[in-house]
Amino acid sequence: MPDEFFAILTFQGGYNTSIVLVGVIALGIGGGIIGVFSFLRKRALISDAISHATLPGVASAFLLGTTLGGSGQNLALLIAGAAATGALGVLCVQWIRDHTRLPEDTAIGTVLSVFFGLGIVLLSHIQTLQASGQAGLNSFLLGSTAALMAGEAQLVGGAALIAILIALLLLKEFGAVAFDEEFAATLGWPVAQLDLAMIGLLLAIVTIGLKTVGLVLIIALVIIPPVAAHFWTIKLSRLVVLAGVFGGLAGWIGGGLSALLPDMPAGAVIVLTAAAIFVFSLLFAPRRGVIAWVMRQLHLRIRAASVRGLLAMAAGYLPPDNLSYRVVRLRGYLDGDARITESGARAAGKMRRQNQLWQVYRNRHPDAALAFSPLAAKPIEDVLPPDIIAALESEIR
Amino acid sequence: MNPPRLIPFEPSQPRNDISPSPLSVRGLTVAYDDKPAVWNLDYDAPDRRLIAIIGPNGAGKSTMIKAILGLVPSLAGHVRIFGTTLRQARRRIAYIPQRTSVDWDFPASAEDVVAMGLYGKIGWFRPVRRRHRALAREHLERVGMEDFAGRQIGRLSGGQQQRVFLARALAQKADLYLMDEPFAGVDAATERAIVNVMREVRTAGSTVLCVHHDLRTVGDYFDHALVLNIRKITDGTVDEVLTGDILQRAYGGRLAETEIHAIAHTT
Repeated sequence: MPDEFFAILTFQGGYNTSIVLVGVIALGIGGGIIGVFSFLRKRALISDAISHATLPGVASAFLLGTTLGGSGQNLALLIAGAAATGALGVLCVQWIRDHTRLPEDTAIGTVLSVFFGLGIVLLSHIQTLQASGQAGLNSFLLGSTAALMAGEAQLVGGAALIAILIALLLLKEFGAVAFDEEFAATLGWPVAQLDLAMIGLLLAIVTIGLKTVGLVLIIALVIIPPVAAHFWTIKLSRLVVLAGVFGGLAGWIGGGLSALLPDMPAGAVIVLTAAAIFVFSLLFAPRRGVIAWVMRQLHLRIRAASVRGLLAMAAGYLPPDNLSYRVVRLRGYLDGDARITESGARAAGKMRRQNQLWQVYRNRHPDAALAFSPLAAKPIEDVLPPDIIAALESEIR
Repeated sequence: MNPPRLIPFEPSQPRNDISPSPLSVRGLTVAYDDKPAVWNLDYDAPDRRLIAIIGPNGAGKSTMIKAILGLVPSLAGHVRIFGTTLRQARRRIAYIPQRTSVDWDFPASAEDVVAMGLYGKIGWFRPVRRRHRALAREHLERVGMEDFAGRQIGRLSGGQQQRVFLARALAQKADLYLMDEPFAGVDAATERAIVNVMREVRTAGSTVLCVHHDLRTVGDYFDHALVLNIRKITDGTVDEVLTGDILQRAYGGRLAETEIHAIAHTT
């Protein structure tokens, strides 16, 4: 089983499987990159409205296909149908938002459920028809890589590549609109049209990914990678690259897993892979990850406790609380009988001098002193020039 | 007795001078629903001056600036900038918004934000290159923020953020700067930086129009003032404008008598 999985991941799992895997990777990269912009624009949920609104389109396209030529299983036709009602769903959301007093999230919830309900009704109707190929329609709900033909995977991959290219071309423009809409407008940019382009790309990714990931879960493909990437960087360009990498990784590993386990819905497997990347980022990202944050808090508390303890000792008192007592004791500044050790006396004296210098500095230059944290571990000699230190010292005496 | 003769109505025209005013407004009217925010405003900004827009809260100061920039729709009136339309003059205007209107969590450093000021010059679809970044850092230096170039924008203090936006406007190399309360809630260092920069751009030949709320500093920082309270009360040099009578008309009961005297006296 691990051998087989490795073979699939290294594109040795057969021609069809490999092509499908490449398609899913491209889809993941596209979802991640395009998701960055809807995430930054705070409109990530609109993709959920789009995906659910595609179902009546898929069902109608299937019906149209069966009446015209027998089989409704033409992916291009189904995608076209999905895009049509998906776009209609977006328009409904925007109309409700602009012409009623309802907020966008309410509009999204309404449109999403109504369109999905309509789609389910149509699907049930199709099942009564006993038309050929109708079973394949279920993969549009939860996704399937096994049902994907090589030609279809090429279509998915190619379309994803085009969407990625457009998104990268408009990186600077999308970024500026998401950051500061008014500024973009004062540059003379067509903000509404740029928003429309962004939603168009989202629509493209959602519709081409429908059959692979399924409409219920495809929102994860555009939300999870950007959010996970956001833990690692504060630069837009890196955020875009990382989101693409995470999305691609989810497509690669998730797609491989689903090829290995054809009974599992592909969408769920891919989404869970993406979720694993998210959890890893949440925990382990440097600076913004949870563990780094907890460590930093802990470090600051210990640092504050040691300052408190040493200043108290310098004034001839015991450390004022449990934590500061334990910190100075642990560092050997106090011995077991609560007597100040030699190193403790040195450290306390140093701390008192630092504290006095900072106090004088704060009194003299209150504005400039704001830039320095009293919890920074660096001694004052390292951050202020010697002439200022000398001036401060003369004032203490 | 003859009935009184009616004078034919002549719509006001934009000035047709040899050097057109940086900003010429005729009959500008903006309303939120049926409540007017700016009413029938006529104004010609003098060239190469620092101009304060003053008036009480809700006087339409910010709205006026936004309407000039086309950010809020106006009901009536027209605006000429250097004798041309807003569309044609876009590249000659820079705008510093109130601090509240941006996403502070956005993945952008101070330098990235300043580089946005160059976007008009860089053009569509083209990436920000190294020389643009160098240019952005130069502008950060002008506002004393070069040490914070790599800091994420939300992790700067309020005054530092304001200076970054000032640097972004400088990067636009505009001839007309529109600022919306840049001095609101900033520290002394930032206040000095803004004043210095305003004087710099005036020397370089630009005009600054600035919504300002602190009447005590109007006389120190600005050459001209436009006094607004929905309608234009008056405009002129700060000495002409800062009189007890005019302030009384603009602010009504909102300024205490003693305050008015103190402000009018300082000029």
